[in-house]
Amino acid sequence: MRRSLLFIPGNNPGMLLNCDVFESDAVIFDLEDAVSIFEKDSARMLVFNYLESMKIKTEIIIRINGMDTPYYSDDLEKIVCDKLDTIMLPKARVSDLQLLDSMLVKYEKNRNLTKKIAIIPIIESAISLLEVEQIVTYPRVNGVLLGAEDYTKDLEINRTKKAEEILYARNRIIVACKAYKIDAIDTPFTDVYDEDGLKKETSFVKGLGMNAKSAIHPNQIELINEIFNPAIEEINEAKRILASYEEAMKKGLGVFSLDGKMIDAPIIKRAQITIEKAQKFGVL
Amino acid sequence: MKTGICGTMESNDCFITVWESDSLKIEIESIVGDFFYDRIAWVIKKTISEMEITNVHIKVIDKGALDFCIKARLIVALSRMEESHA
Repeated sequence: MRRSLLFIPGNNPGMLLNCDVFESDAVIFDLEDAVSIFEKDSARMLVFNYLESMKIKTEIIIRINGMDTPYYSDDLEKIVCDKLDTIMLPKARVSDLQLLDSMLVKYEKNRNLTKKIAIIPIIESAISLLEVEQIVTYPRVNGVLLGAEDYTKDLEINRTKKAEEILYARNRIIVACKAYKIDAIDTPFTDVYDEDGLKKETSFVKGLGMNAKSAIHPNQIELINEIFNPAIEEINEAKRILASYEEAMKKGLGVFSLDGKMIDAPIIKRAQITIEKAQKFGVL
Repeated sequence: MKTGICGTMESNDCFITVWESDSLKIEIESIVGDFFYDRIAWVIKKTISEMEITNVHIKVIDKGALDFCIKARLIVALSRMEESHA
């Protein structure tokens, strides 16, 4: 359950040091697009040594290089450790997930890891989008990220702020993720100086059903967290519903009404999720 | 002569150059040298000891890097030195 995920270039020690100051729910140490091909070795060594020496409270995700590159196996060999929570897999295909899963099984066993490493695949092409319904079924997958820049490049279309061109991809990813109760994570808003634009887009994708949004600048985190927090009105309403539910249970009633509206299982469930989110994100 | 370099001159980083040598030589220039010279030298010596390297010339230009960064940059510089051609 996340609201925000912040990309941090893996070869930048200053940014690594400050990564948990910005209060994103997860940090993504990037070994892929943020690192030149001449520095792949230094980025993975830096991230590895950082993880070895530092205690970080937030979820640790590492975006490895794609499995269509010569770098991913060295990435995994170096960075798979107990401090790693999740691997973010670029240009994800079902075949890549299968290979990554089998590699992680071996590393987890050989390195005596105490937990199972999760995977967040990135949907960055037409063929990946066609496979998303299969991708979400993998047990390690606990979220899916839309990578709109590469996705629109693959479709040979322009990427715009209006974002109509990615609406279908957003909806398809959301439906697949919701079916398997995992996080649907939106693509970053790349204009770091346009706060109004970020607010508008984040509110819009929340309304579609996205659970979280990735960010490329620390300044974006506070706003993203605020928008994905349950609103005070939602929380208060959820409390009323659950209090009425408790009363109804004591009386042995299966359904009940509140303010003239029938309250049944799906509404109760939604109220419970609202309270769970509010508690997890510290707004309750 | 085989040489390896790694790092940058950015804040919180260090720039490390290593050369083949017939003895151990360590040079350190640091913006916080008055306070941390000994610590930086200790990290360098510990790292090369763990790698069982004795004869190498190391130059560190430090911009406030923590131990993990110095160690990481040094290991990669040494690895690149090994891979380089004379």
